[in-house]
Amino acid sequence: MGTRDCQHICGESSPTVGEAGKTGEWRDSFPVIDQEKCLPARQNKASCFLCWLYCPDAVMSRTIPIQINMEYCKGCGICAQICPAHAITMIREQESCLDQME
Amino acid sequence: MLDGNHAAAEGVRLSRAQVIAAYPITPQSPVTEKLSEFVEGRELEAQYIAVESEHSALAVCTSASTVGARTFTATSSHGLAYMHEMLHWAAGARLPVVLACVNRAIGAPWNVLNDQQDSISQRDTGWIQIYARNNQEILDSIIQAYKIAESVYVPVMVCYDGYVLSHTEMPVDVPPQEAVDRFLPRYKPHTILDPANPKNYNLVTLANPRINAEGVLCHGYMELRYLLQEALQNSRDTIVKVGREFGEVFDRSYANMFWEDRLDDADIVIVAMGSLAMEAIVAADMLREGGHKVGVLGLRVFRPFPKADVAKTLEKSRLIVVFDKNISYGLEGATCSEIKSALYGSSARAVIRNFVVGLGGRDVKAREMVDAVNKSLLSVNDGDLNREYPEWICAI
Repeated sequence: MGTRDCQHICGESSPTVGEAGKTGEWRDSFPVIDQEKCLPARQNKASCFLCWLYCPDAVMSRTIPIQINMEYCKGCGICAQICPAHAITMIREQESCLDQME
Repeated sequence: MLDGNHAAAEGVRLSRAQVIAAYPITPQSPVTEKLSEFVEGRELEAQYIAVESEHSALAVCTSASTVGARTFTATSSHGLAYMHEMLHWAAGARLPVVLACVNRAIGAPWNVLNDQQDSISQRDTGWIQIYARNNQEILDSIIQAYKIAESVYVPVMVCYDGYVLSHTEMPVDVPPQEAVDRFLPRYKPHTILDPANPKNYNLVTLANPRINAEGVLCHGYMELRYLLQEALQNSRDTIVKVGREFGEVFDRSYANMFWEDRLDDADIVIVAMGSLAMEAIVAADMLREGGHKVGVLGLRVFRPFPKADVAKTLEKSRLIVVFDKNISYGLEGATCSEIKSALYGSSARAVIRNFVVGLGGRDVKAREMVDAVNKSLLSVNDGDLNREYPEWICAI
């Protein structure tokens, strides 16, 4: 199946969720939140949410506890860097491309 | 009587360009001056946007074209070189911008006079390139350029020789607005910007096709580049068709990719592009007086290059002498390479000679072209069809 059916003659897309594909597939490590350390979870009130604010892919929820949409998390690690409570750890994907190559 | 720059501006006025952005540079400046007069005097209902560089001028045109405006810019030499990045962008985004390139030499060393190195250096940017031989053709080509560009969604560069045409007055017929309106329909953009239906255009596009959110398999970078090449390949028929339609309305037909002068019985053909093709006709006259059957092939459209038409026209030639006001350094004149490429695989067995002439405004005399043809004739019997490098008409 070719691509002519899309009818575009230049690069074109609609700004919707998933337009660029499941970018989570690019990830080689993923963030894990330690709820014992996460400030909103520990205080049980809306606070901090710096990971939500800084995430370039908007995959962190502004909820308690914070949820991460792994379909689009690219594993950049900005959340882990920005977290003032050091509650987020980046864990290597077990089945990453790099592991398969080795 | 109009000089070439004024003729270009009249073509833009008659085409009802809506957004004009240009930065003045010798010898293009009078185009921008005349157009700003038109806009100021309400003879042309357009936005004239003053910019700080040629790069910005073309960025304005591509943006305005994306939102549905008919756009125009003009430049020369270093200005065109400075636009290089945006030239690629306009073509890749398939925006029908029309640009007048007033051909001028490029430094170093500084020079403001004519040759065609500037536009030839941009040949691989995906633009259609049309070269005018005289001032009437400048005006006519700009009007046609809009119709071509907006049919095939490829930007068009109308090139004409600096000073030789840009600053030389000639009789030019300026057609009535009603006739141009009849010939040139409104621009229908393929990019529709509508807040109710938002779109991203020309965002990061990876090499491979991708499935979008609606589940449709969309082009990757390779496929979009294929479509640009396909558009240029197919544009030949549109260019000829638009040229024919122009002839039907204005009585000046451009239903060709190149001009032919006495090619029917010619076994010697001079090839030249732009105003040089007119000088070549004078040289052919002189050679015919000497008993040689000489004709002229004046290239009008350089991109898409009319390979099949050229091969068919030149296949019976005995000698082809190509004059280039440009050079692809380390090889030869650009039009000569294209002529050779067009003839590969045809039945042609012509001797081909290439002369680099007229760089930096060096005068090209018909007498010199005659001498070059006579010199080439001497080597016809050597069986030496091709030369590795061009000859130069200069003092070294």
